[in-house]
Amino acid sequence: MGRSGAAGQPCAMGFVGIDKKRHVSKDDRNEADAKRLLWVGHMIRIRDHKDRAAFAELFGHFAPRIKGFLMKSGADASLAEECAQDVMATCWHKAGMFDASRASVATWIFTIARNRRIDILRRQRRPEPDDLPWGPEAEPDQEDVVALQQDTELLGKALADLPEAQKELIKLAYFGELTHSEIASETGLPLGTIKSRLRLALERLRHAMT
Amino acid sequence: MTQKIKHHLNDATLMDYAAGNLPEAFNLIVAAHLSLCDTCRAQAMTFDALGGEVLEHLSGTADADDTPVRMDAQSLRSTMALIAGGPVEQITVKRSKDAVLPGPVQDYVGGGLENVRWRPVGMGVRQAILPTAKGATARLLHIPAGAAMPDHGHRGQEMTLVLQGAFQDEDDYFARGDVEIADSDLHHTPVADIHEDCICLAVTDAPLQFDGLLPKIAQRFLRI
Repeated sequence: MGRSGAAGQPCAMGFVGIDKKRHVSKDDRNEADAKRLLWVGHMIRIRDHKDRAAFAELFGHFAPRIKGFLMKSGADASLAEECAQDVMATCWHKAGMFDASRASVATWIFTIARNRRIDILRRQRRPEPDDLPWGPEAEPDQEDVVALQQDTELLGKALADLPEAQKELIKLAYFGELTHSEIASETGLPLGTIKSRLRLALERLRHAMT
Repeated sequence: MTQKIKHHLNDATLMDYAAGNLPEAFNLIVAAHLSLCDTCRAQAMTFDALGGEVLEHLSGTADADDTPVRMDAQSLRSTMALIAGGPVEQITVKRSKDAVLPGPVQDYVGGGLENVRWRPVGMGVRQAILPTAKGATARLLHIPAGAAMPDHGHRGQEMTLVLQGAFQDEDDYFARGDVEIADSDLHHTPVADIHEDCICLAVTDAPLQFDGLLPKIAQRFLRI
């Protein structure tokens, strides 16, 4: 947590209402962190209040990206449009499953879109590991949420800053055109910090479940 | 619970799993291992996070030039209608508790261990082929305690996840949660541990290569 410092504090105070008290910093990174926590707050409002305005904002940002992702994975525009709507509807219905201590909203939406791609383009089931949900009352620690969102932001920045050729390889892997891609660990992307954080999050969850 | 697992999946497989590039049978064994191994689960989730960043940063523009992808004019309204239509899929998956089969394997068996439809393979070994898409095969293997699998090599890649008991081969000792990854270089004779019948989930993307004539004939009938 050392890295997050004071900049993380306003967020940690209450990310649920962060859109109202959002502290817009001059520093780009703080702004990006706040943006991520804003999406997290949107997901929580969709879950708790069926908030259509929050959903509309989420839709405006993510739906075109899902559509683009599916088109780059080989879907034509109308199929991609249809699937993107379907993925966003799933986000609404499954909002209760989203855990911001284990995934950014982008990560979570990516997993839904990826599964839909396998389902529709390859006509296959997508086996997933056993669910590890928080109980109906338990919520993840907000510090964990903020830390994971910040780590993910750093990963995103690192990805955006990669040389074009390396970026291209990662793109090809996630758009389904390249397998056995070990490039992710060879590009110097900051994956280790996220992994250890997720490992801890899982330990806490296992502990809470017993 | 997961500390004892010594043999893990490699990064290439976990990344292919996150990217959605594995055949269904391999997705199944990865999902089964991740259900038992939080170390690999965290790594797979890390690659999911990278996928999320690819979605965030690299997918918003059309291919040829850099024009942003746009949704249809009525898209949000259509989605709200879709939402009003109710959940398309079940949100919580209830699984029967089974001490041996992880949830994703139960989904393919249609229940717990007692629902597996075993068929004898010979020498006391039984198998059940699970219904996955073409391109790779997933099977459950039941090997009696102390029994040996026929000596065999591999044309493609084989992964074996131990779900009950343990086995030993020329390389190492594999217990519940451990995955052995064999490629065309590995030639081995797995032997089940003497203490308990061994149950494994094995996936292959090419038929195995047996050395003896009898297994070779049997192979044609048993689809090993």
